[in-house]
Amino acid sequence: MKVLVPVKRVLDYNVKPRVKADGTGVDLANVKMSMNPFDEIAVEEAIRLKEKAGVTEIVVVSIGEQKAQETLRTALAMGADRAILIVSEDKVEPLGVAKLLAKIVEEEQPDLVILGKQAIDDDNNQTGQMLAGLLGRGQATFASKVELSPGTVVVTREVDGGAETESLPLPAIITVDLRLNEPRYASLPNIMKAKSKPLAQKTPADYGVDVSPRLTTLKVVEPPKRSAGIKVADVDELVAKLKAMGVAK
Amino acid sequence: MKTLVWVEHDGASVKDATLSTVTAAAKLGEVHLLVAGQGVGAVAEAAAKIAGVGKVHVADDAAYAHALAENVAPLVAKLMETHDAFLVPATTNGKNIAPRVAALLDVMQISDILSVESEDTFTRPIYAGNAIATVQTRDAKKVISVRGTAFEKAATEGGTGTIEAVASTGDAGVSTYVGSEIAKSERPELTSAKIIVSGGRALGSSEQFHAVIDPLADKLGAGVGASRAAVDAGYAPNDYQVGQTGKIVAPEVYVAVGISGAIQHLAGMKDSKTIIAINKDEDAPIFQVADLGLVGDLFKIVPELTEKL
Repeated sequence: MKVLVPVKRVLDYNVKPRVKADGTGVDLANVKMSMNPFDEIAVEEAIRLKEKAGVTEIVVVSIGEQKAQETLRTALAMGADRAILIVSEDKVEPLGVAKLLAKIVEEEQPDLVILGKQAIDDDNNQTGQMLAGLLGRGQATFASKVELSPGTVVVTREVDGGAETESLPLPAIITVDLRLNEPRYASLPNIMKAKSKPLAQKTPADYGVDVSPRLTTLKVVEPPKRSAGIKVADVDELVAKLKAMGVAK
Repeated sequence: MKTLVWVEHDGASVKDATLSTVTAAAKLGEVHLLVAGQGVGAVAEAAAKIAGVGKVHVADDAAYAHALAENVAPLVAKLMETHDAFLVPATTNGKNIAPRVAALLDVMQISDILSVESEDTFTRPIYAGNAIATVQTRDAKKVISVRGTAFEKAATEGGTGTIEAVASTGDAGVSTYVGSEIAKSERPELTSAKIIVSGGRALGSSEQFHAVIDPLADKLGAGVGASRAAVDAGYAPNDYQVGQTGKIVAPEVYVAVGISGAIQHLAGMKDSKTIIAINKDEDAPIFQVADLGLVGDLFKIVPELTEKL
């Protein structure tokens, strides 16, 4: 069984994003970039499915600038078998990404595609669902548990109010939530080994996909700042404030 | 412009998240609703009474019973032949369904909008709410998810919508609902609660979480939330989680107890009207957004606060 895992290079989640003064976007010059945290979970799940048997090959794919190679090498060091980088210096929107992934699915014929539920830069939460829609396959979003058997995958999903379980015939698309697993760190020997694993380079044109954006970002601004609050000395003062606000009687 | 709004419901009543979405849709034009499910007559009638609603399309079929995106998306795509925009509340159902619809229509979705600037321009948060982007779409049909806390709720009475049945597009056969486990709660639903008391890792255990947080929440008639750290540690169920990866809330009052205030948590609650922080670390980032802060041991402060309220 083959699994395809798309990964994205994003601003590291620990870095506080700074909005550029000219309002064109968030400043990404000289800041730490990492694999999107949800994608790490997706890679980890693919590796666990391989360790438990059933999965024989893990292909990771990233779409973006040349530097996304680093992200793919990280996934290879974690345990993926080979990588595909689709180079695009321009930003590709989820719809474009989904169309490219659909082409790769056609080519690679994976039994399962595992994606992160959202990227922490654009916070879109769309790509997996769009891919499933384009392919006409089943989708299990926000997965917190994945049980793979020949021909079927049973997925527990995190939904408002609790959890829901769905069963999908393979091939299927899964997007993963935080609670699914704890991603492993790549060991130094594995990082070295990852350098010799295959990494194919492509362009959107190779797949005949038009990835021109549908959305134009007119401006990016900082969110409104909250005015500085006060610290109260003790519980009595807090209670008095709450009563003044009408929160407590 | 004719808009179609996905009605979020539990089979019996319309969920609050729908009402904010109706308000957003009304800024674009005529509001039509879609009630999909099995045995949803009562929901359709309630939906028709929402102020400002024109037509209520009702798709009553077993295929829609659990809002499976694979079955619902073709239904919406069909209805979009006669509508210009499809809006969903940014609930887990909305987020699950809308992008699939967008792909079927070959349009880019605009996620989690905070405002409608014009019929093709919207604002939305990016980078966990650390930046607000204004985006313009060149797609003819629009697919949009709406952040509930950013729009007023439409009135649940006074509407005179007409109910119209729509033909089922059937079961796509690529997914099957197996079952669900819904967490039981007598308290107000997190996303619509006026007051929320939220606990973090500092609570130390599930027992202490409930012993400290629950009485205060009960006293205030508040919903109970949690940080990711508290959920990951097993102190609270995961649907309590407030943050970028959990629920986005904006209550009148948000009480953060033993929560440091990581970026990902702030993304879920920093639009609350008043934020109150109780934390023993006076340098905790939560104090930078808190209107009222009290530095001290939560195990002493919270019971005392509960007692004195």
